[in-house]
Amino acid sequence: MLLQQLSLFLENKTGRLAEVTRVLSEKHINIAAFSIADTADFGILRMIVDQTDVALTALKQQGFAVHTTDVVGFVIPNQPGNLYQALEHLDSIAIEIEYLYAFAHNGDAAAVIKTNDNELVAETLNDLGYHLLKAGEQLG
Amino acid sequence: MIWNEHAECMEREQLIKLQGERLQAMVSRLYYNVPFYRKKLQEQGIEADDIRSVDQLKHLPLTTKQDLRDNYPFGLFAVPQSEIVRLHASSGTTGKPTVGGYTRRDLETWSEVVARSLYAAGVDHNDVVHVSYGYGLFTGGLGIHQGAQKIGATVIPASGGNTKKQLQIMHDFGSTVLACTPSYALYLAETMKEIGMDPSELKLRRGIFGAEPWTEEMRKEIEQKLHLKALDIYGLTEIIGPGVAMECEHQNGLHVFEDHFLPEILDPQTLQPVPYGEVGELVFTTITKEGMPLLRYRTRDLTSMTIEKCTCGRTMARLHKFMGRTDDMLIIRGVNVFPSQVESVLLEMSETEPHYLLLVDRVNNLDILEIQVEVNELFFSDEVRQLEALTHKIKANIESTLGISAKIKLVEPKTIERSEGKAKRVIDKRPH
Repeated sequence: MLLQQLSLFLENKTGRLAEVTRVLSEKHINIAAFSIADTADFGILRMIVDQTDVALTALKQQGFAVHTTDVVGFVIPNQPGNLYQALEHLDSIAIEIEYLYAFAHNGDAAAVIKTNDNELVAETLNDLGYHLLKAGEQLG
Repeated sequence: MIWNEHAECMEREQLIKLQGERLQAMVSRLYYNVPFYRKKLQEQGIEADDIRSVDQLKHLPLTTKQDLRDNYPFGLFAVPQSEIVRLHASSGTTGKPTVGGYTRRDLETWSEVVARSLYAAGVDHNDVVHVSYGYGLFTGGLGIHQGAQKIGATVIPASGGNTKKQLQIMHDFGSTVLACTPSYALYLAETMKEIGMDPSELKLRRGIFGAEPWTEEMRKEIEQKLHLKALDIYGLTEIIGPGVAMECEHQNGLHVFEDHFLPEILDPQTLQPVPYGEVGELVFTTITKEGMPLLRYRTRDLTSMTIEKCTCGRTMARLHKFMGRTDDMLIIRGVNVFPSQVESVLLEMSETEPHYLLLVDRVNNLDILEIQVEVNELFFSDEVRQLEALTHKIKANIESTLGISAKIKLVEPKTIERSEGKAKRVIDKRPH
């Protein structure tokens, strides 16, 4: 039920982000979601793409520090209050969120979330009727 | 295995007598043949035959790298140029290169001490010795080559560079011994991983590594990654090249071939000898050299020495692990810092690669040390706080080892320049 995210270590140097996207573009890989966590010296790029394995190999070959991370992706109906509701559910089972980012998905919103217990989160959301995103699913 | 048991296991009393005789002859040669030394000796009131034993060594003048530069290129040769059969030179990181001139007998001495070194490492005529030290003016390549040839090993003069080809040659020719710098050994291991070659596909069993200081941790890493026993060889162009001292298979210090090279350890400030076991600057007197004999040459390498007999049976003095060089030593905010200390910290941590760069600068009259460290691909985390925790851990470990604080900057794997010769570890941007 978990989704695979690509996580990349990037130094704060000009052109590094462009280089990542160039590698993916050459392999005709579509990026569905994208987020950067940054500090003064480095950034961590997190991405959901359509062909994770191909992207992983291509980026590794170019010398990037990259690996895959298990995350939970789920659809949030496009109405006010729905994200709050979902997070309330997670709060009630005492889940700690490492990070969360969102993207547009077929007119709705989708969220990618990493927590201290991804399995439990996926199970809980699934039971509550949320649509979980799966690897290979047409995203975006 | 011992190549020359008579010399290497000589009773110390007999050795000291031999050294005395050779020193006496050497001082006399210098007095009559090298104007630079005659002047220096006369200044100290020493005549050609005043020196009769090694006890008098401390009264003799010291020789520095600057003296070599001042007499560049051939000013310190003690024989006419017609008797010099080979010239070598070290790169010379700053200024003029350092020259070494060899007579035919010097070359024989050199082969002899390298032969002893290889035997000490357990290498003999059944071995295939792959020499990845550079061939050329650098003494590494030809030095090991001649000694390996002397013991009858099969020698592969691979020289430096073209790493993938080297791995293929090692594989196809069945190399059993690798001779190169320790940083190149790690680079080879990295390249093997890249091309998907497993160390078990090679027959390597011994590594003869030298030309730069390296740590115990680096030894462990090389041994583990290349499946061989890694041994330390020491030498310098000024003295003869590799083979001045060599570790035996007990890996318990480097045996100095004292019947040719007389070692002393001096306090770098007072220039007085320090007791056995204490760290100081290594100084050599080349008692048998003909081409360019040097009196009490300051190597600027920092180490300590013992004369306790080794388990291997050799009686010659042993040098302990090198701490670095007096000129590698950085003085940051008044504290002595050696790049090798940073290396041992990083090697002790599994999360980082032993590739690093020290950047020293001065901002508002304060010395700033930044250490760039490559993140290990396997450990890299997608969480900022984990990477920050790693940065703090490195910082704390560095501080407790160096005694000063440093800014730690994580950088992407393989972005710090790899060197196929001596690794460049320091950029000092402070105004001099």
